[in-house]
Amino acid sequence: MMLRHLYIAYAVTWVIHIVYLSFLAVKHARLKRELSKLEKK
Amino acid sequence: MGDIQRIFYYHVPSAFAAFACFFVNLAASLAYLKTRSPRMDALALASAQVGVVFCTIVLITGPLWARPVWGIWWTWEDVRLTSTLLLWLIYVSYLLLRRFSHAGSMPVLAAVLAIFGSVDTGFVYMSIRWFRTHHPQPVLAGGPGSGLDPAMLHAFFINLIAFSAFGALLVWVRYLLERQQQRVEELHALAAVGGAR
Repeated sequence: MMLRHLYIAYAVTWVIHIVYLSFLAVKHARLKRELSKLEKK
Repeated sequence: MGDIQRIFYYHVPSAFAAFACFFVNLAASLAYLKTRSPRMDALALASAQVGVVFCTIVLITGPLWARPVWGIWWTWEDVRLTSTLLLWLIYVSYLLLRRFSHAGSMPVLAAVLAIFGSVDTGFVYMSIRWFRTHHPQPVLAGGPGSGLDPAMLHAFFINLIAFSAFGALLVWVRYLLERQQQRVEELHALAAVGGAR
């Protein structure tokens, strides 16, 4: 059981970071698109 | 404890990174209340959001470590555990306030909430010094008898530096994105004024 908990904790740490990095990437892409559209106006 | 002890190498650095983020959030919130600078508001939001990410890791890895060692996932009687959950809830409500309130006074309200949050940050840090808890006593700066085995110290400090550096990078990237967001909102406001004329 001990090793399973260790691996789950390790995986959770990675998943949370990857999800947050993806959130930042999506936000960056959306803002970039929106900025270029607004600056063209 | 065996291999399960290795959770320590990312549980504690994550907690350290969360505390550092919440400290930056406090400093930026105080600076915002004094200067009303949008830069400070952006920094406050960025540090709170990254702090919540690290605090989430702490709250998940903690019970995963506790179950095989203490035989329980969680205990509400432990001051460190309960106050950490409260800290997470305070900063999640801070982020929700920022996300769903569009009132002009929102950054001021958020800054005031951040000051309340910082009181709990200090309490969480001191809780294992003030109360006898299930949670282990501090291994660093915990007074006589505390400390880490030298064999663990090296790996621990490498992780502490890595997590802190990664946290600082995330805060910086999120800060830049929030500055962009502020620029977008400015342009929208200008377009609305132009359209009304």
